[in-house]
Amino acid sequence: MQQFVKETGLVVPLDRSNVDTDQIIPKQYLKSIKRTGFGVNLFDDWRYLDPGEPGMDHATRRLNPDFVLNDSRFSGASILLARDNFGCGSSREHAPWAILEYGFKAVIAPSYADIFFNNSFKNGLLPVVLAESEVDTLFALATAETPIEITVDLESQTVTGPEGFSASFDIDPFRKTCLLEGLDEIGLSLKDADSIKAYEAKRAVDAPWLFRD
Amino acid sequence: MAGRTLYDKLWDSHLVTQRDDGSALIYIDRHLLHEVTSPQAFEGLSLAGRTPWRLAANLATVDHNVPTENQSAGVSAIEDPTSRLQVQTLDENCDAFRVTQFKMGDPRAGIVHVIGPEQGATLPGMTVVCGDSHTATHGAFGALAHGIGTSEVEHVLATQCLVAKKMKNMRVTVTGPLGFGVTAKDVILAIIGQIGTAGGTGCAIEFAGEGIQSLSMEGRMTVCNMAIEAGARVGLVAVDEKTIEYVKGRPYSPQGADWDRAVEAWTDLVSDSDAKFDHEVVVDGTVIEPQVSWGTNPEMVTGISGHVPNPKAIDDPIDRGAIERALKYMGLEADQPIESIRLDRVFIGSCTNSRIEDLREAAKVVDGKRVADSVIQAMIVPGSGLVKEQAEKEGLDVIFREAGFEWRDPGCSMCLAMNADRLGPGEHCASTSNRNFEGRQGAGGRTHLVSPAMAAAAAIAGHFVDVREWL
Repeated sequence: MQQFVKETGLVVPLDRSNVDTDQIIPKQYLKSIKRTGFGVNLFDDWRYLDPGEPGMDHATRRLNPDFVLNDSRFSGASILLARDNFGCGSSREHAPWAILEYGFKAVIAPSYADIFFNNSFKNGLLPVVLAESEVDTLFALATAETPIEITVDLESQTVTGPEGFSASFDIDPFRKTCLLEGLDEIGLSLKDADSIKAYEAKRAVDAPWLFRD
Repeated sequence: MAGRTLYDKLWDSHLVTQRDDGSALIYIDRHLLHEVTSPQAFEGLSLAGRTPWRLAANLATVDHNVPTENQSAGVSAIEDPTSRLQVQTLDENCDAFRVTQFKMGDPRAGIVHVIGPEQGATLPGMTVVCGDSHTATHGAFGALAHGIGTSEVEHVLATQCLVAKKMKNMRVTVTGPLGFGVTAKDVILAIIGQIGTAGGTGCAIEFAGEGIQSLSMEGRMTVCNMAIEAGARVGLVAVDEKTIEYVKGRPYSPQGADWDRAVEAWTDLVSDSDAKFDHEVVVDGTVIEPQVSWGTNPEMVTGISGHVPNPKAIDDPIDRGAIERALKYMGLEADQPIESIRLDRVFIGSCTNSRIEDLREAAKVVDGKRVADSVIQAMIVPGSGLVKEQAEKEGLDVIFREAGFEWRDPGCSMCLAMNADRLGPGEHCASTSNRNFEGRQGAGGRTHLVSPAMAAAAAIAGHFVDVREWL
């Protein structure tokens, strides 16, 4: 898994709540059997004015000038600022894949949908939860004329930015370790293979109908 | 010892190991797979030189990409090359890893959340996962079921476990009795309207109360299916006689002495009377009327007698902005009566509402009537080959066809429009599916979530009507 330690970068303010996975990466792109190629279609319906299909040359499509990702001031941004319940909807892991491939390393929002939140960690994308008021402050800073750069530091669990902005965030210790070290979760779980076998042996006695393989 | 909730019991009985850092390994009894979220997982497994931990726990089918016409022509006849490749890739992966699969055209194939229960592959007391958020459906059986991403699909294949952290316990009690003509779909839409799309985030929701107990198993599946639309990965209903009666005699259900032992164990799959829930919500089931969504997420919903909201009446600027954006996308006016919304297409299907009872309810409404001329297309997509066969035995297909509906082969179809079934830009659709997100049913398409009976009545009238007046 991709590591995440610390990221300093430009912030894109995406000022709407309940951004769903159908918006993050529309379903026609889920037909791919690969893990890559999704970045160009991140927020496809909002980002382009013409309908997109797999296999198109997306570089020639008409961009929506009103969509924040197309604002040249934010080009090269690596931190996405969002509102409540970001990533709601489906379980598609293509959503964090698309966000990462576009160039974002971290998302900041007051809350996330559970499955998206979980999927992000598996891919080295850090979903930071900050208080509503802190997110409001960041939106005020990030929507000013000049874009802002902020730093997300996983080790110290802090977000720091201009005008003395500083906030700390909580993170599950297991997830933190996995991100900092870029650990292979399956490999870690397989270290518990004996426990899994012992569980199966006991369960096969208690609930034998589950083991009539 | 304090009483335990149903979720606590399911968690405890599947706990393999609790780690010091707060995470845990949870054992997975049933892993359902489909073509969209599995190819990268199988690829990862191959690259790491790993093999499935326990083959028999896996069951695969194709549903998201399959055409709903002429499935008997086979996979090679799928027109869209990217869809075809994805379906072929699942076939190849299942063959290579020897995973049991119901391939396209097999009568047992269909939407993954319809076929699990139909086959008895979903049983009370199990943990069930699938790379699809609507896996919550299976919680109707007192099973701990939730959607996972592709990395976790690979993790379950390789280890038969998931790394998990315990969720919070939430109970939504729906009082009863439900009103005449009010269905499971109306109940869950009303719940989401009340608690919001993030109301259950971080929680396993147990649905309880007379309004839930009175539902059939199929109705309970509809309710649990949309727990994720309220933010909860898990929806649950306690086991009762209806659960056991439904499971009995299905191909994967236990038999003989196993059956007796299983039934004895399953009777404990209820929350203890002194169990503590972190959150409790009561919904007055007696006042729920048939629901219609007007906006671009499932909490934007109201009763058939209601109106589209007026953003000017909303104080919170973010909520007001969201409603304004939704009305613009949906092409609706503030304060417009719900009954005045005209439909271009009608879709009856999806993992929420494509089971035999759903089709019976819809058929009852359309019997002897005709789809309105203004409706371009009205389609029925059964949830599985077996649902389709059963409906045909009962003559429902004839009722639908004579009324002007298209009678299709099973699949996810227009719920998410990954195959050829989709809305055109600006078209309004009465849909029995689960998500009314922008573009979900086709770029620019406008989805209104309703029950099968409401969708059927809307197809006949050409606009929304109160189906209770038709029953």
